[in-house]
This record gives sequence, C-alpha cells and structure tokens, in this order.
Amino acid sequence: MSRKIVVGFDGSEASRRALDFAVKRAKLQGDNILIAHILEWSPYSFLTPSEIEERHRRRKEELERAESAIITPVIKAIEAEGVPVTAMMKYGHIAETICKISESEKAELIIIGRMGTSGLSSRIFGSVAGTLAQIAPVPVTIVP
Amino acid sequence: MSTRATRLFPAVMLSGLLAAAPVAAQTLDDKVNEIFASSTGWFVSFIFSNFPGTSFPWIVAWLVIAATVFTFYFGFVQFRAFPHSIALVKGDYSDPNDAGEVSHFQALATALSGTVGLGNIAGVAVAVGIGGPGATFWMILAGLMGMASKFTECTLGVKYRNEYPDGTVSGGPMYYMTKGFAERNLPGGKVLAVLFAIFCILGSLGGGNMFQANQAHAQIANVVGDYPGWITGVVFAGIVFAVIIGGLKSIASVTEKVVPFMGIIYVGAALIILLMNFQYIGTAFGQIFEGAFTGLGIAGGMVGALIQGFRRAAFSNEAGVGSAAIAHSAVRTKEPITEGYVSLLEPFIDTVVICTMTALVIIITGQLVTDPETGLLVLNEAGTAIQTIDGNSGVALTSAAFSSVFGWFRYILAIAVILFAFSTMISWSYYGLKAWTFLFGEGHAKEVTYKVIFCIFVVIGAAANLGPVIDFSDAAIFAMAVVNIFALYFLMPVVKKEMNSYMSRLRSGEIKKFV
Repeated sequence: MSRKIVVGFDGSEASRRALDFAVKRAKLQGDNILIAHILEWSPYSFLTPSEIEERHRRRKEELERAESAIITPVIKAIEAEGVPVTAMMKYGHIAETICKISESEKAELIIIGRMGTSGLSSRIFGSVAGTLAQIAPVPVTIVP
Repeated sequence: MSTRATRLFPAVMLSGLLAAAPVAAQTLDDKVNEIFASSTGWFVSFIFSNFPGTSFPWIVAWLVIAATVFTFYFGFVQFRAFPHSIALVKGDYSDPNDAGEVSHFQALATALSGTVGLGNIAGVAVAVGIGGPGATFWMILAGLMGMASKFTECTLGVKYRNEYPDGTVSGGPMYYMTKGFAERNLPGGKVLAVLFAIFCILGSLGGGNMFQANQAHAQIANVVGDYPGWITGVVFAGIVFAVIIGGLKSIASVTEKVVPFMGIIYVGAALIILLMNFQYIGTAFGQIFEGAFTGLGIAGGMVGALIQGFRRAAFSNEAGVGSAAIAHSAVRTKEPITEGYVSLLEPFIDTVVICTMTALVIIITGQLVTDPETGLLVLNEAGTAIQTIDGNSGVALTSAAFSSVFGWFRYILAIAVILFAFSTMISWSYYGLKAWTFLFGEGHAKEVTYKVIFCIFVVIGAAANLGPVIDFSDAAIFAMAVVNIFALYFLMPVVKKEMNSYMSRLRSGEIKKFV
C-alpha cells in the first residue's frame, strides 16, 4: 500500500525544494503526495466593518487565486512525472492546520521546507518548521 | 487650514437655516454653537418630552419597556444563554471548513469597537455627574435588560440580510423592516425602513460623529490647554476623509487593532485603582444603591438618577437602537440566532463591565463633592449638576478621577479617547452609509456625497459646546430606537421560532461542537 505524504506548499523557494524532495521519494517508493496550501488566518483578528462586509468575497478570490497561480501548475508538473497527487487549501494557523490535515488524511509523513530565518524573529514569533517538529503527529522531514 | 474653514462656513450656515444673527465680536466656535443649538432644539425637545404632568421622558420608558418585554418574552435569554454565547465566540461551534470567513469573535469585536468609546468614558461621567452614584445602578440594570433587545435585533439583522451575487452582504433594520414585514404580510414595513434610515443618518452625524469629535477635542484641550475647537475638527475631518473617501485603509485597520488593547488597558487601570482603594468599594456600592432610590440630593431625586442611568446606558451600548444589527449582519453562519447569542455579550461588556468601571473610579476617587454633615451630594450654583472637585464634567471628570491615582493616566486617556472616537466614527460612517444607500441607492457619487457631509459634521461637532451636541446626539440615536423597537415587537415571534428550533436541535445533538 502506498503511503501518503503531506507537503506544506506556499509557492516559495523553500517549499519548492521540499516538494522536489517529496516527489523524488514518492517516485522511488510509490507514495502519493498531498499538497497542503495554508492561508494564514486567525478567527481572533480585528476587522473594520467594511472588511467584514467584503470578507466572503475576498475569501473566494483568495482561494481562486491560490488555486490558479500556485496549486494547478505544480499539480500538472507532478502528474507529468507520474506521481499521484492531490491538493488541499485551508485557512488557519499554518503548523496546526498541517497537523490536522495529516491526521484527517491519515498521512504517514510531513515534508516541509524551511525559510532559513534564524535569530531574534524566530525566537519571538517561532517558525513553522520548528512548531511542526514539536507538535506533528507523524514524522516530519525538514528540507533545508 | 483656515481657507478650508472659511470654505466650510457657508455649509454650516445653510445647515443651521440661518437661525441665529451672528454678533460681530463672536468667535467662530460661538457662532457654530449658537446656530447648532437653535436649529436642532425642536427635535431634541420632542424626543425628550416628558409624559404629561411628570418629569419622566417617554423615550426612556419606551426603551426600558421594550427591554423588559424582550427579557420576559425570551425567558431571560441573556442569563440562560450566556454560557452558550461564550462557547460560540470561542469558536466551539464553528465549522473548521469555514475558516477564513468572518468569525463570531470578529463580528463581536467590530461591533464592540463601534460602541465601546466615549459613551463609556465621557457618557458615564455625564451620568454620574448629573445623576449621582445612583445612576450607576440604573445603568447596570439597563445594560442587563438591553442584552435581550440586542439579541432580538441582531438575530433579525442576519436573518433578513441581503446577500449579493458577488458575496458581499448588507443587513440591518432597514432590511428586516422591509423583508420581515412583507414575509409576515404586515403593512408599513417600507415606511418604517425609510424613517429608520433617516434617523440612522442623523444618528451617524450626531452620536456617531459630533459627540465623538466634541469630546476628543475636550480631551486634547484638557491636556495641551485650550484652543479653538474647529482646529481639532478640521484635523479629524481630514483623517476621516482620508480613510472613508481616500480609501486609506491602513489608518482604519491600525485603529481597529489598537482599540481593543486600549480597552484592556483602560479596564486594567480601573481595576488597579479599585484594588488600591478596596476598602472604599463597599461604601461606593452603598452610595450606588442608596442613590438609586433616593438620589442622594441630586436634581430630580430617584427619577433623575434613573433617567441619567438609562439614557447613558442606551447611548453607550445602543441596545434597541438597531446599529448593531448592521454591524453583526455580515457574519458567516447558517443559524441567524447564533449571532443573536453572540451579540447579547455586547451590552454586557460595554455597560455592565466597562461603564461600571468608569463609574466606580469616579465615585471611589471622591470626585463628587458631598456635604460632610448630611451625606448628601452638593449641587453646583445652577443646581443642574453635582459639584465636582475641580468643576470638571464629561470626559474631563473621568480624566481627573483616573489621574488622581496615576498622574500620567490623563495622557493615556487622551490617546484612548482619540482612538475610541475615531473608531466609533469609522463604524458609524459605515452605518450611516448603509442607511444612505438604502434610501438613495448605491453609486459612487451618492456615497461620496454622504461621506463629505459626514466630514463637515466632524468640524461642527468639535466646535460646538457639549450641551447642545450631547442633546442632539441622544435625540437622533433615540429616534432610531423609536422606529426599530416598534418593528421588533412585530418581528419578535420570528426570533422566538428560530430560538426554539435551534435550542431543541442543540439539545438533541443535531448541532454539534467541533472542538
């Protein structure tokens, strides 16, 4: 039975490296890939009345843009290499949402890239890779 | 700046219907004030007229009776559903797949930033300054009852909102009056909606605008020294102009993010002051209870305290006014009633928590002068308000109370007042705009017309005296409540049906928790 690998993907250089790494593995071992695209979102942020009015429309636009600009091109490229691939787009806290997806989709591995920030900002704000390493329910591979 | 003010002056004169003959020696502020007071006086005296032969304004009775009716009709929903409301705001019942939509918390926070503001700082000071400590008791009671009114109007706001194909939504009393009345085969929905929209525009210019500008100016003048009000007005109008017409969203979103923290700092400081003076808390509550039923010597006795308390509570939390129904109607929910449950927290946070903090700090720091022999409050020379230590009233009284403990707090308060005033103006410019487009239709030119009028009133509000401005602000906002509550009586069975259906599904487990 083939394993499912969740790859955190936001279109950045780092996430492309992670995806390339994942595709190579999947090809060798016959795994399939689930691309997780998370849009950072907190239900506890503050909005103005007009932002609230437009929120539903904006959300639709954001999802459509993410699908056409980020997800569809990579799915085509991966399918061309013969690796089975699906994609998911979710709003939420990036690391927590990736964990939830891994659980609900019964994935066996998470692969993510790292931004390579070090020092003060990641000490204060934390990093996705660091958080995942702490809280992930399945093994995590961090691609430098 | 001065050219802008002179260009603006003809508009001010027009709106004032040339009622007053300007005296050559008068300053610009005096002229604005005089024209303003004489042109709005009739409206104010109609709204605040008393029941024949009494000194009890009918509008206060109207609000209190409505809140009482809703409280009983929905079986004390504000207490029974309180825990469920908290669970909804925490997101326990939100479908994770809806993430990215407006959450209950966000709708509540935005509606709160429109109501938490000067009403909580300046309005309470006015209530306690005229009505004495006893006004606090009636204010809290009105806040608790008002939760039921808010519940009713916000449920209807979501239920009858308009959803457009592009995904935007428009809701509020105008829509439940037209659509709700049509659905129930009742006549007159359209007339009510038009009346409400007119009053909502006036309210957006009054309490949502002029009162804010006025008190922001008072607060700045209190810190930096006195200077003409129109200067503050022009600066404020410029910033509001940049945001609502220039589309400078960054200012608005920064304000929206800072305001909640200002609120927390404010309540935190109040709590510290109360803890530092904990030995007087008992005495303060004693004064509040005694004053509520005797007046402790204020003008008008118990009724005077009651009127001040109810008036300021209604002005602060806007329960029954209908404005919150506009703010809450954009939330994403399959069940309109859930937004009703969430919204009932609003009067609680606004009035029962924040307003009470202000009142307690003013009372505990001994700002109100009492006669040591009789224990009664001492009135000022005119006999209209209570003598305060430094003769302060309005926001200056709150500022004096906080500063008597922390000297630096007046600067924090000045910043808080300016930010609260600004966020309230932004919210109300939105409510007013919704009413305006309901009346005149959507369109760029029409919307800009309203927004320009809104900015002009910022200047008028900053230049006029507190008295006429506060009277007009109250009158316009209460006029909204007259129409809104009338409609709520006819539509409350719709809310009850929603409530019963939701509650039975919640009990049967059909509506599940996601967390």
